[in-house]
Amino acid sequence: MPIFANLVAKKSTFAGQFRSSALSLFERRSYTALPNDRTNDGKQALPKAKNPVAETATVADASTDEDFALHSLQTALDADKRYEPSKEELLHLYEQMLLIRRFEEKAGQLYGLGLIGGFCHLYIGQEAVAVGLQSALDSAKDSVITGYRDHGHMLAYGIDPKVIMAELTGREAGISKGKGGSMHMFSVEHRFYGGHGIVGAQVSLGAGLAFAHKYREDGGVAMAYFGDGAANQGQVYESFNMAALWKLPIIFVIENNGYAMGTAVKRGSAETHFHRRGTAFRIPGMSVDGMDVLEVRKAAEVALEYVRGGNGPVLMELNTYRYRGHSMSDPAKYRSREEVQDVREKRDPIEHAKTELMGMGVTEESLKEIDKRVRSQVAQSADFAENSPEPVASELYTDVLVESY
Amino acid sequence: MAIELKMPALSPTMEEGKLAKWLVKEGDEVSSGDILAEIETDKATMEFESIDEGIVGKILVAEGTEGVKVGTVIAVLAGEGEDASSIEAPAAKTEEPKAEAASEEEKKPAESGTANLASDIKTPRGPEVPHGTNMKTSTVRDALRDAMAEEMRRDDRVFVMGEEVAEYQGAYKVTQGLLAEFGPTRVIDTPITEYGFAGIGTGAAMGGLRPVIEFMTFNFAMQAIDHIINSAAKTNYMSGGQMRCPIVFRGPNGAASRVGAQHSQNYGPWYANVPGLVVIAPYDASDAKGLLKAAIRSDDPVVFLENELIYGRSFELPELDDHVLPIGKARVMREGKDVTIVSYSIGVGLALEAAETLAEEGIDVEVIDLRTLRPLDKETVLASLAKTNRLVVAEEGFPVCSIASEISAICMEEGFDDLDAPVVRVCNEDVPLPYAANLEKLALIDAKRVVEAVKKVCYR
Repeated sequence: MPIFANLVAKKSTFAGQFRSSALSLFERRSYTALPNDRTNDGKQALPKAKNPVAETATVADASTDEDFALHSLQTALDADKRYEPSKEELLHLYEQMLLIRRFEEKAGQLYGLGLIGGFCHLYIGQEAVAVGLQSALDSAKDSVITGYRDHGHMLAYGIDPKVIMAELTGREAGISKGKGGSMHMFSVEHRFYGGHGIVGAQVSLGAGLAFAHKYREDGGVAMAYFGDGAANQGQVYESFNMAALWKLPIIFVIENNGYAMGTAVKRGSAETHFHRRGTAFRIPGMSVDGMDVLEVRKAAEVALEYVRGGNGPVLMELNTYRYRGHSMSDPAKYRSREEVQDVREKRDPIEHAKTELMGMGVTEESLKEIDKRVRSQVAQSADFAENSPEPVASELYTDVLVESY
Repeated sequence: MAIELKMPALSPTMEEGKLAKWLVKEGDEVSSGDILAEIETDKATMEFESIDEGIVGKILVAEGTEGVKVGTVIAVLAGEGEDASSIEAPAAKTEEPKAEAASEEEKKPAESGTANLASDIKTPRGPEVPHGTNMKTSTVRDALRDAMAEEMRRDDRVFVMGEEVAEYQGAYKVTQGLLAEFGPTRVIDTPITEYGFAGIGTGAAMGGLRPVIEFMTFNFAMQAIDHIINSAAKTNYMSGGQMRCPIVFRGPNGAASRVGAQHSQNYGPWYANVPGLVVIAPYDASDAKGLLKAAIRSDDPVVFLENELIYGRSFELPELDDHVLPIGKARVMREGKDVTIVSYSIGVGLALEAAETLAEEGIDVEVIDLRTLRPLDKETVLASLAKTNRLVVAEEGFPVCSIASEISAICMEEGFDDLDAPVVRVCNEDVPLPYAANLEKLALIDAKRVVEAVKKVCYR
């Protein structure tokens, strides 16, 4: 664990260096002071808390050590924020993000044509999250689970776009034989465990995958993605508690896209800094720019090193944005066009990577070549999805149970 | 005045226990809080504390005595100013004339309503047990524990997780001894967090393990039902058969004794409603063991409904190296030609008892134990109906949308021509289970009601 050994050695240096998003000195003081004050006839010592400076010398020293583990990963990331890719690596990340973007645009189009039904949640805008994190995982042993906004994740893990699109159109060739749909896709082969439609369920299930890694001692890490909305579900905290208690190898990833369906984060969350939500369980948090694939990649490496070291879970907050509505039927009236446009212009992960690639000497022409390749791949998957047959009627009764009794 | 010390009830279901050890002797001075004796129940050894001050006069029940009924005077304390040595033992209550006892009975508060669910009728050897098999006696509790232990020895993917399953040895002692044999990696105490650990178990099953998740009771599984149904039951189908979830959710289900509405419900019909689940509710020790082993080996998610009131009952258990029973097969517990009683779980005891009573009146009853609630063994039920032409369902649970309702519908849809009388459901009353002993008794099914229903369908 080189990073951590290093950090521990240098912890006194970090004591005074808090970023604005990390806990302020005042907050840290009140966290540690409260329990002591409560023992005093149960009265909360509000007057004392108003004057944090007086006791800072003693309390802050103690809490610096106490809280170190909770912000150490953030500190490590802040010290060196971005992964330095080779040109080939960045081209690959770029192409993956572009594939997701074009695939989702096509899915939106097919939905409009009535070829895709039900709920359909697009990943447009959030591409850097799945692509950046996935690029750091060991696909031979790590496992992944997410919620219903899952197409992008599956593409990032190298699952064939054809079988994903065919699932969206409800065809026999779909990855779930057309019986799962947009929200319920799985690939045990790729260690992708869904695709779950109940908000927050994947967090406990993901902790279960991590439990299995630990039980088998296979060295794998589970990554459980969920949104800022799911972060308010009770089972998330039940899972945090057990994951930390048992030191399960899991990275909890909150994809904070600003809106839980139509509810802006500030309207639904008392603590909007989601990376702090693990504090009560002593889970270190990281706040990451989810629109920068290289920062995401770097953050994943920091988190993975900690988790693989047997230190238990990490909570990552990936700050991102979805350009489309919550689902296809969402007119997104809860935010302004300008807000969306502003993110598209200033923070778009694909444009960002493109600029970077051009800075590395990649020509406009070769980028166009990639775009062409991706478009053709997506067009083929759409053709495949449109032209594959629907499941045969007898499929209705298969796969209810594995065995016959 | 002398104080009588009586055998205490140490759990809601305890009726008798063993006076394992006296920690005081005659002549000792005791004060409130002193430990007087150790008492063994079928679940644990408990300490019996004094709440009075005085001198131990007479010890009336010697240590090592088994089967001491709750309420029996076990010792007498001399109060202040009394001579301990002159204290006389009170006359034994059991010696009282019967007539008097009856009149006392009326004034006395009713015993727990679940007393009506008690049955000591022995069950016959199951059809799957080969002839000539040696049988031993086992409680349902031990049979369940042995099933888990055997499967854990056989397959290292099997682990047990739940509240108090490890160090406490199980809230109802069903997991007793597992921690010692398999260690804390495979016998895992969880915090009180049903939704969370049901999800973790389900995820672990998806990840390739074979979890046995114990709910302290199925009442608490309501917090976790989302994972049982949405995560465990549906994933295989939603994934086109790609992602399996071989998990067992087990624990006591149904009414316990005097624990009120929130701790007394039969969830059999809830789970049996859901495609993708296997639901098992055994009655005797042999079925409990054989079906739990089958459940653990199954590639499907299984809800395994036990019953606290049956845990301590003893039955014959075949001494076989690997006693595994088929899931989805009902068992004919008693053959008869006049009328069929279909039941499952604790109701089977009542059905058998009713059948004996009815036999004395010349009605020959066939009793069927469904054993598995999903998939339901319709064939066995319909074959019996075709033979007897009359059918009653006895179910310890709410009547509305019950297993009894389902059986009635099946008989009507697929056995209509065989019916000589309408199917009658005998269930609990359609109210939350009350606490008061007399009301609890009124609310719960009993053998008498089953007898009446059978007479009704026989037009007698």
